[in-house]
Amino acid sequence: MAERERRQAPPYGGVFAPRTRVMDADDVQRAVWRMAHEVIEANHGTDDVLLVGLQTGGVPVADSLAAALASIEGHEVPVGSLDVAFYRDDIGLRPVLPEAVTHIPWPLDGKVVVLCDDVLFTGRTIRAALNALSDYGRPRAVQLAVMVDRGHRELPIRPDYVGKNLPTRRDEVVDVHADGVDLGEMVR
Amino acid sequence: MTERSRHLLDIEDLGGRDGIEQVMRLTDSFVEVSARQIPKVPALRGKTIAWLFYEDSTRTRLSFETAAKRLSADTMNFSVSSSSVKKGESLLDTAKTIEAMGIDGIVVRHASAGAPHRIAGWVDASVVNAGDGWHQHPTQALLDCYTIREHLGGLEGRRIAIVGDIKHSRVARSDISAFTAMGAEVVLVAPPTLLPPNLDGWPVTVSHDLDAVLPTVDVAYLLRMQRERMTEALLPSLREYTATYGLTCRRVDLLRDDALVMHPGPMNRGVEIAAEVADLPRSVILDQVRNGVAVRMAVLYLLLGSGAELPPPAPADPTDQELVRA
Repeated sequence: MAERERRQAPPYGGVFAPRTRVMDADDVQRAVWRMAHEVIEANHGTDDVLLVGLQTGGVPVADSLAAALASIEGHEVPVGSLDVAFYRDDIGLRPVLPEAVTHIPWPLDGKVVVLCDDVLFTGRTIRAALNALSDYGRPRAVQLAVMVDRGHRELPIRPDYVGKNLPTRRDEVVDVHADGVDLGEMVR
Repeated sequence: MTERSRHLLDIEDLGGRDGIEQVMRLTDSFVEVSARQIPKVPALRGKTIAWLFYEDSTRTRLSFETAAKRLSADTMNFSVSSSSVKKGESLLDTAKTIEAMGIDGIVVRHASAGAPHRIAGWVDASVVNAGDGWHQHPTQALLDCYTIREHLGGLEGRRIAIVGDIKHSRVARSDISAFTAMGAEVVLVAPPTLLPPNLDGWPVTVSHDLDAVLPTVDVAYLLRMQRERMTEALLPSLREYTATYGLTCRRVDLLRDDALVMHPGPMNRGVEIAAEVADLPRSVILDQVRNGVAVRMAVLYLLLGSGAELPPPAPADPTDQELVRA
């Protein structure tokens, strides 16, 4: 779970208490391999494909997807990272500070950008990311890969590649980490 | 994130080292923004910032203006020379009038120390001090810290000489607070007439021998000779000042190879700094200007956009954020 979500999921200042292990590390790896094959299939290879992980939870997802793509296709796929803090629509409503510096050192014009995130929830982060990307150029296409789609969308946004569809309650919290995926709650 | 002031009037408002480092980290993000094809983010969309400059300024005002525009804020210039101030309006009335227009931030420069503090007490808008008399110029100190951090990796344990007209310099006062808060050691080098009459409690050492100090420092920070503030005869002549305290071509060779030369601008080439010295690779004066925009973006965003003072506050205890696993 991104540090930002951890700070902002109620109760504020609480701690995450996992209840159910939804995916273990092997499940995550299998999902990454399947998504990598789907990316290659949809784009007829990985030419012109760039991965951009959303800070902070999406960065490890982008890294593992890039590793899978490289071992299937035999060549590296560029990986960047994006912090969308300055593009969020809740600036002024709650503390919004970037967690890390954005790193997109190549022009995006004409490329296929695969945005990578750990959890797709309201879709507001992705909305902000789409606005941010347009300041770096005009990609030919933007696609979205997420490890977990937990529903509760507030904007018309859908993922192209999904590790797992996970129905949740709004007050639950999904934590994607190195050992797998946990479902739980924030508790005081 | 700690409890912070709504205003930036004084380096102390940032609450010491942690606050300054937060500005530095945020500045990293804005340096990246400034390097983009489209160097603009919508972070302060709908916010309005007014410039209230009672003193001449080109670079600071342009720097703030660029910063605000890159954050998508709207800006208004309250030009003192062509405004009601000429007609005798008081500072209070001017501040209240600007606020009544629904301004979110006011950037103030004033010849009197403390003027921004007074304004901050009168209005709900966030006030940023862009220089008040001899007192403070906090964004200059922040951009100086950032530039040193960029070139030397950090300020901890560094030795910095501030050379020149300390007495009349708000830059020196802010820099001393910021540099020492970040763990650097500051040595002031100036003729006795250009030092404040009383240095009790200042966390600095003093020298009158520039040649002896230069080989020991990581940064030589030269101040502008502020001829417009010198109401009395403090120096026999500028030529004598240059001979004793100017960074001449001969003197600059006393510096260590990796030492930096800094200046807040505008430079008096040939007075405090030789023309050739200002153009050496070790002179990072234009980097200071470039970083100034990103630092001011960080300050404006922190005060007006980040909601850092708004609930819900981030947990004060960092251990609260640790993930607890059953």
